[in-house]
Amino acid sequence: MEESIQLQVSGLKKKFGAETVLNGIDLDVHKGEVVVVLGPSGCGKSTLLRCMNGLEAPTEGIICLDGAAITSGGKNITKQRQKIGMVFQSYDLFPHKNILDNITLAPVKVQKRAKGEVEQQAEKLLKRVGLWEKRKAYPRELSGGQKQRVAIVRALCMNPEVMLFDEVTAALDPEMVREVLDVMLELAGQGMTMVIVTHEMQFARAIADRILFLDGGGIVEEAPPEQFFTNPKTQRAKDFLQTFTYEKRNKIPSEIESFERRN
Amino acid sequence: MRLRFDFWNQLNTEFMVKYLPWYVDAAKLTVAIAFWGILLALLVGVICSILRYYRVPVLHRIVAVYIELSRNTPLLVQLFFLYFGLPKLGIVLSAESCAIIGLTFLGGSYMAESIRSGLESIEKSQLESAASLGMGQLLMMKEVIFPQALAVSVPGVCANMIFLIKETSVVSGIALADLMYVTKDLIGLYYETDEALLMLVIAYLIILLPVSILASVLERRLRYAGFGN
Amino acid sequence: MPDSGINVLFLGKNFLRLLEGLWVTMRISLIAVILSIPLGILFGMFMTLKNPITRTLSRVYLEFIRIMPQLVLLFIAYFGVTRAFGWNLSAELSAVLVFTLWGTAEMGDLVRGALISIPKHQYDSAAALGMTKAQTFVFIIVPQTMRRLIPLTINLTTRMIKTTSLVVLIGITEVLKVGKQIIDANRFDYPTAALWVYGVIFALYFLACWPISSLAKKLEQRWR
Repeated sequence: MEESIQLQVSGLKKKFGAETVLNGIDLDVHKGEVVVVLGPSGCGKSTLLRCMNGLEAPTEGIICLDGAAITSGGKNITKQRQKIGMVFQSYDLFPHKNILDNITLAPVKVQKRAKGEVEQQAEKLLKRVGLWEKRKAYPRELSGGQKQRVAIVRALCMNPEVMLFDEVTAALDPEMVREVLDVMLELAGQGMTMVIVTHEMQFARAIADRILFLDGGGIVEEAPPEQFFTNPKTQRAKDFLQTFTYEKRNKIPSEIESFERRN
Repeated sequence: MRLRFDFWNQLNTEFMVKYLPWYVDAAKLTVAIAFWGILLALLVGVICSILRYYRVPVLHRIVAVYIELSRNTPLLVQLFFLYFGLPKLGIVLSAESCAIIGLTFLGGSYMAESIRSGLESIEKSQLESAASLGMGQLLMMKEVIFPQALAVSVPGVCANMIFLIKETSVVSGIALADLMYVTKDLIGLYYETDEALLMLVIAYLIILLPVSILASVLERRLRYAGFGN
Repeated sequence: MPDSGINVLFLGKNFLRLLEGLWVTMRISLIAVILSIPLGILFGMFMTLKNPITRTLSRVYLEFIRIMPQLVLLFIAYFGVTRAFGWNLSAELSAVLVFTLWGTAEMGDLVRGALISIPKHQYDSAAALGMTKAQTFVFIIVPQTMRRLIPLTINLTTRMIKTTSLVVLIGITEVLKVGKQIIDANRFDYPTAALWVYGVIFALYFLACWPISSLAKKLEQRWR
């Protein structure tokens, strides 16, 4: 994998006022690699993703896509963003446009591609996620899981080189999580470069080539999924993983313990 | 005290028919002033709301001052200043121009506030998802922000239109022969008060009722067929 | 020479006269607002009654007052009512009458809006705690309604002040009329007086309304 670094983060720091959210992140994402970012809430993982797409400007450090720096603001960023697809927790489809128009809007208006060609691609993608018959529906008529699959298709239709997923199943009812994750698994199988922030541990283990564990604004542990989940090296990672295992009776004491140890 | 229950029987219909053309002409003037005033107020409103929304340096502060000035003074006083005051600075405007400028000055701020509340109702996440698709500011405004903001703004904008049509009634203060002016004239000349007032009320109902009904239909349709998540 | 006209304001008691003129309309608006608040509260509660007859009546009243320009209402009161009932209403009294009727309608609609904005579960949870209807109203509904209502009522006051400027058109001697008298009296000595006099009147209205509407905006933001 050494030959092709697609997304490179070096020395990334981000402060909101006095609060430091990211404190020096270095990360290389290779072509076709799936990196899953884990960590307790408030650890800065969403901010990392948002910096990668120029939605937040780094306080320090640099992020490069194919060797070119991503700078928030300016004309250049719209070019860069076309190569980076991003899917959000709250879907954020455009409520005033139907599903097909949601998908074709940016490829036609931003990338200036021919409408017929874009629609063909949209058809192929929508059929793949099983939503072609909903193409004339409006977002409000869809379930959360369906909306999220459309949001993924909308990003894919731009033919991005990298896909960023920011807790895309966090707002979904449990029975709808699967249908979204399946789409992502399929995508990973096709060799898409992906950076995923999630709380679904089983899913992370299945899809990741590499796990990145963030806590307190820094990378605490970086490991292949099997190693991370079975044999984490750091205490903080162990504590974090323990919050997801439930044992009868002593669930609460163990949580308090880990909380105390972390502080 | 002489109570009159025979209001309708005592109406001088001959008089009403005779002076109907006066009212038609006056109504035309009222509608024309309202039309241009509303159109320009919308234009000013759109520009001001965008300057405020994007917090364009310096300009958005000027707009804020304008909005406060316009919303905290009566139209009649604005008109007196335009019509009687400005000529002393060498700026002489016809009464019609003053009326339209005054209505625009007043309405612009009301429209700006209504439109801005629509613009600000769009959630930040919508803007971010548009940005993540590589959209620039202009495209985002045209395709994402504006169409959604419109649905939120329409009830306020419609209410402002009705408000502005009603406000045109004060242009008689600068001697424009609108509905109020004609009514006052007829009362002064012939003392046919009931007839003149009845025709005045009917004229305003004819102008305002359709607008008001249209506004509530539009509002209901937007509320029920809304495309909100 | 637009710079000499300003002196007309300091001539004799001219500025004081303007303030007195402004007070004439202010007094009308104050009386109308003070009368409108209790009447409007009653009218607003009246509008929330489920009875179809009271509902239609109040609706027609509200809509008629709303759709007519206030100047038309003033004309009806001043020119029409005088004849119809044989009353001899002074211009000032008819102005107070009209603005009270208008204020009551507007205030009533605000009260109605505030009352129906209280979600049903507030009534339900008060009932679940064993409160009587009266207790619910006094301890739960009124305090919540007040927060919404106070800024809107303050705003109604500025609307009232602005709207009462119309009374000059039924011949009441108020600030615009006084201004005109001053301009006419100094036509030859101060030809540019109109610019300054009307400019000052504009500023006076702004100074009267702006603090009040700013207060309303602040309260609205704080209590949201």
